[in-house]
Amino acid sequence: MDQKLYEKRHLKNKLFHLLLAGCILFSITALALLLYDIFSKGLGWLDWQFLTSMPSRSPEKAGILSALVGSVWVIGLTSVFSLILGVGTAVYLEEYTDPKKLINRIIQLNISNLAGVPAIVYGLLGLAFFVRFLGFDKSILSGALTLTLLILPVITVASQEAIRSVPRSLREASYSLGTTKLQTITGVVLPYAMPGILTGSILAISRAMGEAAPLIMVGAAGYIAFLPKGPMDWFTVLPVQIFNWTSRPQEEFQYIAAAGIIVLMAVLLSANAVAILLRNKYQNRMD
Amino acid sequence: MRGKKYEIQKLHQAEFIVEKVLMLFAAVSVLTTAIIVFILFEETIVFFSEVSLWEFFTGTQWTPTLQPRSFGIIPLVVGTLMIALGSSIISLPLGLGSAIYLSEYAHKKVRKVVKPILEILAGIPSIVYGFFALTFITPILQTILPQTQVFNALSASIAVGIMTLPMVASMSEDAMMAVPDSIRQGAYALGSTRFEVAVKVTIPAAMSSIGAAFVLAISRAIGETMIVAIAAGQSPVLTLNPLNSIQTMTGFMVNISMGDIQQGTIEFKTLFAVGTVLFFMTLIMNLIARAIIKKNREVY
Repeated sequence: MDQKLYEKRHLKNKLFHLLLAGCILFSITALALLLYDIFSKGLGWLDWQFLTSMPSRSPEKAGILSALVGSVWVIGLTSVFSLILGVGTAVYLEEYTDPKKLINRIIQLNISNLAGVPAIVYGLLGLAFFVRFLGFDKSILSGALTLTLLILPVITVASQEAIRSVPRSLREASYSLGTTKLQTITGVVLPYAMPGILTGSILAISRAMGEAAPLIMVGAAGYIAFLPKGPMDWFTVLPVQIFNWTSRPQEEFQYIAAAGIIVLMAVLLSANAVAILLRNKYQNRMD
Repeated sequence: MRGKKYEIQKLHQAEFIVEKVLMLFAAVSVLTTAIIVFILFEETIVFFSEVSLWEFFTGTQWTPTLQPRSFGIIPLVVGTLMIALGSSIISLPLGLGSAIYLSEYAHKKVRKVVKPILEILAGIPSIVYGFFALTFITPILQTILPQTQVFNALSASIAVGIMTLPMVASMSEDAMMAVPDSIRQGAYALGSTRFEVAVKVTIPAAMSSIGAAFVLAISRAIGETMIVAIAAGQSPVLTLNPLNSIQTMTGFMVNISMGDIQQGTIEFKTLFAVGTVLFFMTLIMNLIARAIIKKNREVY
């Protein structure tokens, strides 16, 4: 047959293959450069003093402690609120209502629309509703509630998928033992769905941990020189503190910001590691 | 026996209460939407009693905090669209390319390495990309093009592009993986190369979901905040030069929130007016994405 055409087609295929490999290479290079940028700038400034000091005007004395403690507070509360609300919503939608019913469809449509709302708009919600209307001020509670609403759609959808994957036969086996609906949900459905719920939720909570924009709207300050003692205290978090350092003109603060980013990424990575461990533990129990 | 009956009654009561509580939880999402729409409209309506609609949507001067105040949102919208366009030039082709590679070309072992790398990129907070843009991309741009300003739209666009790339890649890949293998095998049986299968069979079959992924990536870029707040600048001037400092809608919102603004002031209302425009821009994009998927859903 037409040997030339054959060769041409296969040459095209090879070139295309190379082009696509180039696309992948772009991402890999970008990640490598980003990590290099951060570590080369930040590693030298990352020490015990940095982890245990308050922010300061002079870069040598500046530390990240108040932001770290603030992040732990905000994310701790966000996790509790969003897990209760998200899993509760998922259970209601999957176990108590018919997917074809109007109420289910309305809530479902709502959730998918909310997932597309930019984070900063949630910040406006937090500012107008939690900070001003409910009078929570620029507190940890306001920040946590704002982030809760932000990640609620993600946690709900992940939990719904996990609950949907529970085999019908398990539920029926449970009912045949004479259990009530609630007992079946808490005793069979939720434990079985737990690995999926946890994986999705921890990814969502990690996202919340890296968010700065909505918390800046709510009033997280860039300079907090005390440790928050309760949910009504003013606060700052790691990403907001990093933003504050990045936007200062002195070059030293860039290095401090890089060191802060290393801390933030370390916290995120450990959260993900915990997710994997929890998932494995539950999976082993199920098998 | 009576004790037993009482216990069962209590059990049913608990069931009833739990169901109602769960219903309340589910109502939170509906309530969230209602509150978002309400607070945006409440402040925006007051805003438009002080600033004319005409000035807001057609003015090219944006100086809401300086005397004489001027409220033309066009510079912010143009800035936002520049970032959206610039980032799309990176994220759409490279994301789609990565997706084709993963679904049509890559060996299983390669997939196992590449997928987590994309997931890591997707999980990096936007503040980190902002730092990367300002301290790494901008200096490189300045060595290549010396007229580049310290804060510029190009650097931020590149960073937003890198950030949204994994999302385009994973959504497009999911769409292509959903194309039944039998269709591919049919094309291979006719002697097609991988290139021909990808371009003439898989991509056309997955086109609607890929289109939706594109629209969602652009919507994400419009709402992206920290990268542009750090790297794109705070100068709301009408320019189309990507090497200049600009301001986006989100950048303005962050900038004005850094100061302590009081409720009832014009700054506070401006914040919500800009937020409303942003909300509707992204909402429309998301509705378009959903419409694309719904209209062209292929059933195999």
